[in-house]
Amino acid sequence: MSHLLTLNQVNVSYGPVQALYDVSLEVGSGEIVTLIGANGAGKSTLITSLFNKPKPNGGAIHFDGHNLTSEQTHNIAKLGLALVPEGRHVFPSMLVEENLVMGTIPIGENHLEQDRAHIFDIFPRLKERRNQRAGTLSGGEQQMLAIARGLMSRPKLLLLDEPSLGLAPIIVQQIFGILKEIAEDGMTVFLVEQNANHALKLAQRGYVLVNGRITLTGSGEELLANPQIREAYLGGH
Amino acid sequence: MEKIHKPLDFILAFKGAFVASIIALLLFGPIMGLVLSGYDYQAELQRPLIAAVVVFVGRFLFSLLFQFAQHEPRLQWMLPRKTASVWVEGEQVESKQSVRLFSAMTAITVLTLTGQFWLSVAGGVVLYLLLSRLGKRKHQVMVALVVILGLLMPFFATKFWLTVLIAALIYVLLGLGLNIVVGFAGLLDLGFVAFYAVGAYGYGLGHEYLGLSFWAALPLGALMAACFGAILGFPVLRMHGDYLAIVTLGFGEIIRLVLNNWTEFTHGPNGVSAIPPPTLFGLEFSRIPKQGGTPFHEFFGISYDSSFRYIFIYLILFIIVSLMIAVVTRLRNMPIGRAWEALREDEIACRSLGINHVTVKLSAFSMGAMVGGLAGVFFAAYQGFINPSSFTFFESALILAIVVLGGLGSTVGVIIAAFILTILPETLRYLATELPKAIDSMSDYLPSFLHNTLSTLSDGLGDIGSYRVLIFGVCMVLMMIWRPRGLLPIQRRAYHLDKPGDAK
Repeated sequence: MSHLLTLNQVNVSYGPVQALYDVSLEVGSGEIVTLIGANGAGKSTLITSLFNKPKPNGGAIHFDGHNLTSEQTHNIAKLGLALVPEGRHVFPSMLVEENLVMGTIPIGENHLEQDRAHIFDIFPRLKERRNQRAGTLSGGEQQMLAIARGLMSRPKLLLLDEPSLGLAPIIVQQIFGILKEIAEDGMTVFLVEQNANHALKLAQRGYVLVNGRITLTGSGEELLANPQIREAYLGGH
Repeated sequence: MEKIHKPLDFILAFKGAFVASIIALLLFGPIMGLVLSGYDYQAELQRPLIAAVVVFVGRFLFSLLFQFAQHEPRLQWMLPRKTASVWVEGEQVESKQSVRLFSAMTAITVLTLTGQFWLSVAGGVVLYLLLSRLGKRKHQVMVALVVILGLLMPFFATKFWLTVLIAALIYVLLGLGLNIVVGFAGLLDLGFVAFYAVGAYGYGLGHEYLGLSFWAALPLGALMAACFGAILGFPVLRMHGDYLAIVTLGFGEIIRLVLNNWTEFTHGPNGVSAIPPPTLFGLEFSRIPKQGGTPFHEFFGISYDSSFRYIFIYLILFIIVSLMIAVVTRLRNMPIGRAWEALREDEIACRSLGINHVTVKLSAFSMGAMVGGLAGVFFAAYQGFINPSSFTFFESALILAIVVLGGLGSTVGVIIAAFILTILPETLRYLATELPKAIDSMSDYLPSFLHNTLSTLSDGLGDIGSYRVLIFGVCMVLMMIWRPRGLLPIQRRAYHLDKPGDAK
């Protein structure tokens, strides 16, 4: 099986502090893969190191035939990798629609009309609020906007960094419902989450990151049933 | 199914080619057709004619090619791309009552400088009425009025006010430049005076060592300042906020200290003197030309007036400032302006979208520096003498204050703030000299105790012009209380994808 994204023995350090040790993982085309881990395990480091920030000091990252470690940061988004950053990071004083236009930067505005209509089908809330400043949206709506902005570049792989961060449980449920819809449309999704329960239910496969090392891997259901995981991440019931 | 091909329209192509060749003739005529030899020139008209014929043939062929390409799928890439239409929400600033009043007041003040008080009041009232009557074209009419007023100004103003206005316009230019860096791109720069110095010394030293004229120094000084902007940009790429401010502050001081201490090249604190003012196609504005040739007043057969020189500097400066305002306004709506805005709003999001923050930041620094360099060249040409003491940190702080007082990112606000901060102290200085005279002349009509009190008060006013910094501080404090976002805070332009009526 050919993989869309492959990490092979990746090591990442911030100066003298090593954050990731020999991390290897794959994401296949059309898959939903999740990476779960506690605070400070290195989840966000892993996702930003795909963009060479920080640059891995060992190992190889391949995406769709490109060697990402030798690409410049600003060119990586153009290869078809869209990041929905942790903490949403929408452009607060721009309108919802302008945020969507910003999302088309990697591919240009040729499909703007069509994709916008599609986005408004998936996120009816954004359609209602399209002429509102993004900073005035609620947290959940901003998260939807961040995901929508990521989709505007027609990515081959959608990277999500903690989409449940700081959201009410009911909103988290909504967001994951939408992610499921997007994945059913054929989008490949790589999801980094602390909320193991939701993430593992959604994902086909999962990886567990502990102190910079991958300690466990398996299908979503296997990991959900694993007593260690239940102990560490799911409150032990 | 057979495609129906439109026949090629030769007449259309011919018309286009004809217009293009006329334009080419006008453009190339003086450039290629006149050959200078000594103080004389020879006309070689066959050369522009050849150029025009080449343009004609080329334009004709291109026109046919494009017409052909419309029916030929494989040639479609030649045609201009269709992009999504974006509707720009107009600025709503000008519709407000306060703005109308403000423009009327400004007109009165400006016209008062000409000495005819009642005329100026009438002018202000007419302007106010005009602005309230005008509908949608208000904006254009206002711009046109300001431009006409600005161009007529120097012919009525006294020499004193003319010099004040020149200084004010130089600060407008500096404010516009710093506004690109601080207002648009959100990079706090405390050393902007460095680029001002680079422009001024670029002309001063360029004239001394290389014999550069004002017109050569204007683009070169701007270019040099832009390069310095990029040089400063590189080391500070990864910095934000306070750290960036400290480094830029250091950069400004470095430039000043180098100018002060590299005596054999810059003459240190003695500065560069005898910098010539601009000339009009080689005609000088002095009584006796220093560089040979005929002076302006002899050429046109009018009597000499020392204010000609200032009028001319003012006019060029006014045109350059207007041009820069147009450029800056356009920049804000261009992709690069949008990228600056996005970077100011959220750098992380920008970089995840593949915006190259290096080019975006460097372009902001060098565009801003370029405008600062232009201001520097004008400063050198207007003063005729420069030394490092004109480029201290206080100057940077003043420029930053102009930008903050006007409203970060707001072009109109910056212009108004620059005028307030330069004209207000001069007005006070003017009043301080005029008021005691007026009180003295009234001494016969006033009871003596009132006259004494008034003259004590007006004596106290004596050198209020030197309280500039105090006034400035008071302005800032008051502003922070009542208008924390600046005098005319920026009304952000929004881009809607639908036309206003369609949205539902």
